[in-house]
Amino acid sequence: MAEDVHALVGPYALDALDEGAERGFEEHLALCERCREELAGLREAAASLAYGVPRATPPPELKQRILAQARAERANVVPLRRRRNWTAPLAATAAIAACAAVVLGVWAASLSNSPDPLEKVLSKPGARLVSMGNAGGVAVAPDGTAVLALALPRAPVGKTYEAWVIRDGQPIRAGVFSGSAGTSIVEIDRPVGRGTIIAVTLERAGGVSKPTRKPLAKSREVA
Amino acid sequence: MDRDLAHLSDEALLSLIASSDEAALAELYDRFGGVAYGLALRILRDETLAQDAVQEAFLAVWRTADRFLAERARASTWVLTLVHRRAVDLVRREERRRGDPLESALEPSAAQTVDEEAELGFRRRVVQEALRRLPPDQRQALELGYYGGLTQSEVAERLGQPLGTVKSRMFTGLARLRELLAQAGLEESLSP
Repeated sequence: MAEDVHALVGPYALDALDEGAERGFEEHLALCERCREELAGLREAAASLAYGVPRATPPPELKQRILAQARAERANVVPLRRRRNWTAPLAATAAIAACAAVVLGVWAASLSNSPDPLEKVLSKPGARLVSMGNAGGVAVAPDGTAVLALALPRAPVGKTYEAWVIRDGQPIRAGVFSGSAGTSIVEIDRPVGRGTIIAVTLERAGGVSKPTRKPLAKSREVA
Repeated sequence: MDRDLAHLSDEALLSLIASSDEAALAELYDRFGGVAYGLALRILRDETLAQDAVQEAFLAVWRTADRFLAERARASTWVLTLVHRRAVDLVRREERRRGDPLESALEPSAAQTVDEEAELGFRRRVVQEALRRLPPDQRQALELGYYGGLTQSEVAERLGQPLGTVKSRMFTGLARLRELLAQAGLEESLSP
């Protein structure tokens, strides 16, 4: 099934999915870095096909209509109608990715001073950073200690982020946090061993005992 | 309006548009309007509908340019993607898929219209040549999907092929097309 979803990236780049499949793929896309990267390249190829047909001269009124409409909309800010916007989920995550990359880079590069949890883990021999997609990653040491470094905005009122350690397909609660404008550094209060997966979901305040939502961020299996 | 926007990159134009700069929208339209309209006509085969598609796409640019800023795409890709989407939305809504989408976009390579700007003429030749070099079954899947506005299932039905085959032809076709275009760009920039 998972394989199946990845295979939709070609048709999606051509706008050749019907509505249901498209929505499903966009959900997948929000979580799959590989597909996002692949899509970026395929989109470019697809868009270049626009140059393969003769250009045509639209009537001059068209430009006037567009500009007049744009002017009118600026005057009274209309709500956005947004059905099929492939950029919507990506814009946000790309911005976060940029932050997360910088933050992780800085952390990794300045492992000397402050006694913060991330540094403690990363300074252990054999520790590594495991990507959790665009939101950031998790630092894991061979002794099983682990710390999240995720750029997730403050959770909405009544909600909390909850971390999970997934072992043999079973998610185990591993702490809640609220998110912040910068990068959240969160210690995972369960041992993280080989073959486990770390995930974060958005849940109701106080946390839940089983995830009820799809993960917002998820690592590969820790090697 | 006495600013000269012609020297700005497409991306720079989009950031001006994101701050509601009308002159920048006009300049972007001057750059892409003709390609957009040609594409929309190809998909919709109806002048009124094609104009609607172009109008909706440029208004979508106007409304959502701020979101482009965080994108990893090129501005031209983003704009043309919006145009394609609107055109495909319309063609599906109108159930107006007449004509023969199987008709190939390929033309004899000599036939170039005279009034095309050199840049566009060049791009068009590169794209046509790349399409020509694709294996025919991949080319057909791309053309039916992109120019025909058909869904993958419709393409599968029309070709009498399993859906999985169509998916993979679309993927491989685009990936190969991308390589061919990259090579063409490179060759061109190396030759005088």
